Amino acid sequence: MDIKKTELKRCTVVKTSGRIDGSNAHELAAALKTVTAKNMYNIVFDMSEVNFVASAGWWVLIDTQKTCKPSGELVLVKVDQGIRESLNLVGMGSYFCIYDDVTTAVGNF
Amino acid sequence: MSTKRFTCSLHNLEKISEYITECANHAGLNETEAYAVQLAVDEAATNIIEHGYGMECPSRIDITCVILENGLKVVIYDDAEPFDPSKVPEPALNVSLDEIKPRGLGIFIMRKMMDEVNYVSSPDKGNTLTMIKHHKP
Repeated sequence: MDIKKTELKRCTVVKTSGRIDGSNAHELAAALKTVTAKNMYNIVFDMSEVNFVASAGWWVLIDTQKTCKPSGELVLVKVDQGIRESLNLVGMGSYFCIYDDVTTAVGNF
Repeated sequence: MSTKRFTCSLHNLEKISEYITECANHAGLNETEAYAVQLAVDEAATNIIEHGYGMECPSRIDITCVILENGLKVVIYDDAEPFDPSKVPEPALNVSLDEIKPRGLGIFIMRKMMDEVNYVSSPDKGNTLTMIKHHKP
């Protein structure tokens, strides 16, 4: 799993692509932990190239959100329609702010 | 009807998804419906590998797709320890972030994503999970 991290002044942008499932969710968890371990709790997760998220992936994002709040927040960007619908259907959509583009998400911090 | 056999490794989840996408396309499901089936089957396969086989993976998972007049039926066979999804309580969702716990979400997703979910286990035939997704009318 290729995960790119870009540290900006007020937040860190994390980006990956493809699937997040039971086989690789731990890699995303490890990458996000390296960000929060530096006390950086404002995270923008760019999902523009992510096309599938299983529950293992959502738990990683929820765990990260728990770590980030209340000092900061994990926000999501460009969530695929199918992913977004499944997230809302299981009632987990309310745990995340979702933005349409990275610039707006970064500007939020 | 078609059947594919997968060795039980989490690294096969992507191949399983590709097979399900192919079946969903043949069944004429739209993109949202196809994603729902992909997700439900992924959660089922993950549960079988992680909880049923305990990651030991001595066996296989067989997945059969049956094109229905009004949708797609997916049947998943395994011979892992019996694991009845209907016995798993629904996770507490719509609670505060601090209260949410990672238990039973996969099965809850299967129930939410599919129109029918049925599980049968027998000592000689193993476990059979049947899930159906209908077309939108």
